[in-house]
Amino acid sequence: MTARIGVVTFPGSLDDRDTQRAIRVAGAEPVALWHKDKDLKQVDAVVLCGGFSYGDYLRAGAIARFSPVMDTVIDQARAGMPVLGICNGFQILTEAHLLPGGMLGNDHLHFICRDQKLRVENADTAWTTDYEAGQEIHIPLKNMDGRYVADRRTLDELEAEGRVAFRYLDFNPNGSLNDIAGITNEAGNVVGLMPHPEHAVESLIGTGRTDGLPFFTSILKKLVNA
Amino acid sequence: MSRTPLDTVEHAAATPDVELPWAELGLKKDEYERVVEILGRRPTGAELAMYSVMWSEHCSYKSSKVHLRQFGEKAPESDALLVGIGENAGVVDVGQGYAVTFKVESHNHPSYVEPYQGAATGVGGIVRDIIAMGARPVAVVDPLRFGAADHPDTKRVLPGVVAGIGGYGNCLGLPNIGGEVVFDACYQGNPLVNAGAIGVMRHEDIHLAKASGAGNKVVLYGARTGGDGIGGASILASETFDDAKPSKRPAVQVGDPFQEKLLIECTLEAFQEKLVVGIQDLGAAGLSCATSELASNGSGGMRVTLDDVPLRDSTLSPEEILMSESQERMCAVVEPDKVDRFLEICDKWDVIATVIGEVTDGDRLEIFWHGEKIVDVDPRTVAHEGPTYERPYARPSWQDELQADDANKLPRPQNGEELKDQVLKLVASPNQASKQWITQQYDHFVQGNTVLAQPEDSGMIRIDEASGLGVAIATDGNGRYAKLDPYTGAQLALAEAYRNVATTGARPLAVSDCLNFGSPEDPAVMWQFAEAVRGLADGCKQLGTPVTGGNVSLYNQTGEAAIHPTPVVAVLGVIDDVARRTPVAFQEEGQLLYLLGDTREEFGGSAWSQVIHDHLGGLPPKVDLERERLLGEILISASRDGMIDSAHDLSDGGLIQAVVESALLGGKGARLVVPDGLDAFTFLFSESAGRAIVAVPRSEEVRFNDMCGARGLPATRIGVVDGDTVEVQGEFSLPLADLREAHEGTIPALLA
Repeated sequence: MTARIGVVTFPGSLDDRDTQRAIRVAGAEPVALWHKDKDLKQVDAVVLCGGFSYGDYLRAGAIARFSPVMDTVIDQARAGMPVLGICNGFQILTEAHLLPGGMLGNDHLHFICRDQKLRVENADTAWTTDYEAGQEIHIPLKNMDGRYVADRRTLDELEAEGRVAFRYLDFNPNGSLNDIAGITNEAGNVVGLMPHPEHAVESLIGTGRTDGLPFFTSILKKLVNA
Repeated sequence: MSRTPLDTVEHAAATPDVELPWAELGLKKDEYERVVEILGRRPTGAELAMYSVMWSEHCSYKSSKVHLRQFGEKAPESDALLVGIGENAGVVDVGQGYAVTFKVESHNHPSYVEPYQGAATGVGGIVRDIIAMGARPVAVVDPLRFGAADHPDTKRVLPGVVAGIGGYGNCLGLPNIGGEVVFDACYQGNPLVNAGAIGVMRHEDIHLAKASGAGNKVVLYGARTGGDGIGGASILASETFDDAKPSKRPAVQVGDPFQEKLLIECTLEAFQEKLVVGIQDLGAAGLSCATSELASNGSGGMRVTLDDVPLRDSTLSPEEILMSESQERMCAVVEPDKVDRFLEICDKWDVIATVIGEVTDGDRLEIFWHGEKIVDVDPRTVAHEGPTYERPYARPSWQDELQADDANKLPRPQNGEELKDQVLKLVASPNQASKQWITQQYDHFVQGNTVLAQPEDSGMIRIDEASGLGVAIATDGNGRYAKLDPYTGAQLALAEAYRNVATTGARPLAVSDCLNFGSPEDPAVMWQFAEAVRGLADGCKQLGTPVTGGNVSLYNQTGEAAIHPTPVVAVLGVIDDVARRTPVAFQEEGQLLYLLGDTREEFGGSAWSQVIHDHLGGLPPKVDLERERLLGEILISASRDGMIDSAHDLSDGGLIQAVVESALLGGKGARLVVPDGLDAFTFLFSESAGRAIVAVPRSEEVRFNDMCGARGLPATRIGVVDGDTVEVQGEFSLPLADLREAHEGTIPALLA
């Protein structure tokens, strides 16, 4: 048996088909979900993928967060369903208050696309068990609004509770506070990050590394063993 | 334009003496008289609007088409060509049932006036051409040319252009996999912003721009029509810039990439359900172009109700609606019983779609406004029977003097120390320096099929996950070479793009071009154009790579000063399995470096002559297309059979530039030995064409040498991948760290 993992397409989503491919490469079954549809088609987990939903014209993720599909995703996530937000998906998760903090424009004001070095800080979330805590990985990063910010108290809380899941190493590409690349909720089922693990699953494509694959094998193992 | 009373066809016939502003709309007197002759009366304001944009240089190719015919006349036999010149973009068979469409276009003038929007809408326009063929766009490339890197205006234009390309392309989800960035003072007031795109489809999905079948509906969908871009094609792109004229800012369109992304998805879904008979994007000349071309290419006529066009600004006149170049709009011809489903798909994607007319069984294009007929024309006279000029051309008086100013006679470095200094200067010069600061503003990874992206020799995209089938594209052009000899310069651009595709392991199949020149009204410029087209057509014939389409951009000049003639050539190639691709970066220490091809003392137009002596003169490198073909075959075979682990074409900057790039990308140095018969300077800096360097694993050396020997390609062992320096034995040694600092520091220091 395998797991069914949903990938939501919003107007302006870009990495939906790439994310479906990554899920397939990991051995799970991708299921396309549509933003106007509240029905999650009995998936076991959901990925909110990258892109520019609604053009990011208001504020990244601010409109997508009010899509019909998000009503169900928010309810299910609170009930424990694993949800991963990548880039625009991470922005949507913060707008939906499933994760704390928010994202501002990169401090250098340019779009940036690079092979980014990260440290896995928390290998206990639903999406990171196939990593080891402290493991250093390279994942492509590409965004315009990737500067993670939160108030001091939230940052202290995230740090104290081990909820900073990924941290930028060697180079902070956008001015994120505490070099934060990704975070998790308290329960560990909702994870968001700016870099794109779905673009690092095949040795021939992109940067040629497969450091992103464990995201998808982690969740598959968790769901199959559940 | 006069709006009251409404200038109907009837009114025009009754008032032959009314003066129309044909000159302000960019028409010449004899062109206007021809319109009157065609119609048998004066045109209405709306008809004048249509003729003026469609007969502009930008849309009608009136100065260039007598020369462009050679691309058809000299076209080589090719099994690969499915759709040739004349459609929105050419289509090439790449095997396994796949077809690939690709094209390069210019958005030069708008990008100088408004860099961000000019460049952004350039991407938008070329992508719509690709969708209009029925293909899913899979990648973009951007050949760019700017004025001097340290000129203050370059700091205005370049960051805006780069942000515009990124802002639009990134938001569409298209990986940017190639292109060029070149600086030269000749582009100061006329930057060249060319944009290329590739799309993939199955053979049976090819769509064409024609309206057939009386009763079929004409559906306009996408963005609402606004007042932006009016006269963009006729006024902006078809005249020389001049300080005395008023600002042209309002003639630049404004892009909305989000809307275009929806347009892509909704169009592809409509194609998938086979709902579309014919399709045309709205680019230059907007509705005038789309309606007249669709009708002209089809079997019947067309009737359009202009009142039904959704507007952003309700005060627009019918003439303005016809001329508007508002972005993100397309026009589809749909059978009546499929219209509901078509509109449903548009609604799913939140795209506005409106039936604005239908195909008729007559042969007239009729357009109505408030129930009255304001256009009644034969669409062919608008779209395809515009004026043709045999512009006078003459070899410029200064050409001989320029060619006599031989770069081979410039003072050369005298010892290892001087060589080393010049190498550092060269790799740090703006044209040879790393463009990472620019390319990292583009998404390379989206769609998850990018095998190679810049700074590789060609961009490569996987198009079939199961078989590994892929396509490669490279764009090249060297205005300095073309200035010295336009015929040879155009062939060198072709040869370099061809070589770049082959270097990565792909087989070159077809060509698109973007021909950027000064004013066709100057006989010297027209001679450059004629020579370049002749060179390119001859070259394509010899290499067996047909020109499938492209674009001409004239009037790239400010006052009397024209840009260097700059034919930019894109070559598309196919690779059966992308796993066999060859990267630029050195992979493993100990691998042997071979130089393929012949090195001669050729410095005319070279990077060395520019960087060290600020010199342009002499003759460009010789072209030997048979040698290029042989080199290409060797590179492709070696890649397929696993005989080489990295390869890099040699072009501007010569061998040392290529070695430094491969070393820095791989993080591994090289020890080089100057081969017998060459001096160190010529070995390092010559720009002889038809050459590449390859890194051969020791286990493959015999097999590789045997292959080159048997096929008659000179292959010279020049060194080994090794250490953390680039060393030329007996001359100098440069640490990779110093080279990296020189190579990567320049562009951020100038522009960041």
